[in-house]
Amino acid sequence: MLIRKPGKISESEVTPYELYLNRRRFIGRAGRIALLGAIAPSSLAAGDLVPGEAEAATLGPQEDELTPYEDVTTYNNFYEFGTGKADPARNAGTLKPKPWTVEIGGHCERPGDYGIEDIIGRFPAEERIYRLRCVEAWSMVIPWMGFPLKDLLEFVQPTSRAEYVEFTTLYDPDQMPGQRRRVLDWPYVEGLRMDEAMNPLTLMATGLYGKELPNQNGAPLRLVVPWKYGFKSIKSIVRIRLVEDIPATSWNLATPNEYGFFANVNPEVDHPRWSQARERRLGEIRRRPTLMFNGYAEEVASMYDGMDLRRWY
Amino acid sequence: MTKGSGLKATAWALGLAPLFWTSVRFFMDDLGANPIEALLHWAGRWALILLLVGLAITPIRRLTGWNQVIKVRRTVGLFAFFYVTLHFLIYLGLDQGFAWSFIIEDVLDRPFITSGFLGLVLLVPLAVTSTKGWIRRLGRRWQQLHRLVYPAAGLGVLHFYWKVKADTFWPLVALAILLGLLLARSPWRALKKASS
Ligand code: HEM
Repeated sequence: MLIRKPGKISESEVTPYELYLNRRRFIGRAGRIALLGAIAPSSLAAGDLVPGEAEAATLGPQEDELTPYEDVTTYNNFYEFGTGKADPARNAGTLKPKPWTVEIGGHCERPGDYGIEDIIGRFPAEERIYRLRCVEAWSMVIPWMGFPLKDLLEFVQPTSRAEYVEFTTLYDPDQMPGQRRRVLDWPYVEGLRMDEAMNPLTLMATGLYGKELPNQNGAPLRLVVPWKYGFKSIKSIVRIRLVEDIPATSWNLATPNEYGFFANVNPEVDHPRWSQARERRLGEIRRRPTLMFNGYAEEVASMYDGMDLRRWY
Repeated sequence: MTKGSGLKATAWALGLAPLFWTSVRFFMDDLGANPIEALLHWAGRWALILLLVGLAITPIRRLTGWNQVIKVRRTVGLFAFFYVTLHFLIYLGLDQGFAWSFIIEDVLDRPFITSGFLGLVLLVPLAVTSTKGWIRRLGRRWQQLHRLVYPAAGLGVLHFYWKVKADTFWPLVALAILLGLLLARSPWRALKKASS
């Protein structure tokens, strides 16, 4: 069932984000215009988001087509299930995303243990199509389902002492067999500065392609921060804490000179072992140029005004 | 059939099987979401495996007294070189799209690529001098020259170690094998010296 596709729009007509949200609410399920299109020099429209049926109406120098469901769910970095790209799809069957509890604590007015059903019920899912740029210089385009992290934070009401948000993945080697080997210092921890966490682009994802999140993609609840390298988008979250100090994050602890806390996508700051100027979009042969902040500069660049992005990589 | 031709056939089969199998998978579109990376890694792995197998042949002969096995050393070595070359070509063409400025920067500035590149460079004279003619012409110096395969394999292992992000398991396995093969060489020589 392929529904209406919007016609081509020129760059000058690119919809501002807030307006997009309103229009989207108005259009509802009938016209799934991609957020991607609203905030990048290209537009993407998917009909019914069934693999293969998704079609893109694009313009601008770069086309962004949805990465097929098959690729999104079989090519994953999720070391809790093994370090090979195909390992998570093979091994994540042991994860039990239901029942699931997320412990929210630290400097906020409403700390507590929240059941996943509770969270999903309280914050209705919307669809967001984002580019995902891995630090390893490959990328995808994924239609996520989820809600802004901002909504959840506003609900738990951070106090004035909360400067950062710290996220923790489940630690349970029975469910996550990759944790039996200490490739990283388990459990996986990630973090965001409060303004980054409150940015409207920052998403808590509960699904993709209109379905529940597959285990290998971080079921039942994961973070999606589209202007940062993929490892920031922590999966299978069991704890969210509002903290004063900058969280000690897993990859930063493992190799501090290669993975910084901010990890903003930046074509000008290379990884010590490879260039970040280009990336391979899965499904394409030639590499394409990587965009500053993964193409979301308009929405996020102001948060880093005056910061030396070479130092704070 | 001449003596040892079954062994030769085995070496050829070992060298060609990965190529055959991966071609089948390539044409069946079974290389996953990132086939270029899959091919790059596949060729790199077989280059390293065959380098180590090639290095194991002399120790195997000495330890088991199975002299015939030496006949396949050249075949295995040349297949190793074949996969290194393929790996390099996949890197140049498919992975980098012949973007020379990026490639030169990689080779000069990134130790992980530099080490692999040096490994390849060391293997070139060995492949060139692998013919009967060169063996005759170089005499004793041929053996000395071909010891370069040890540093070449060492650079390959280092390259592999530097490549991985956190999981150093397989690079360390490769290192252990390489060190084991080096050890298998030296005590033998010491023994031989002592007994003569
Ligand atoms: C002695 C020669 C070499 C050997 C034994 C070797 C071996 C390997 C191995 C085992 C891997 C890892 C495969 C995996 O993770 O499964 C690898 C990856 C790689 N090699 Fe080599 N290699 C050699 C030379 C080269 C050369 C000359 C280049 C390019 C100038 C090169 C570029 C690469 C690249 C780009 C990767 C992939 C890195 C990544 O995906 O992160 N290698 N190589």
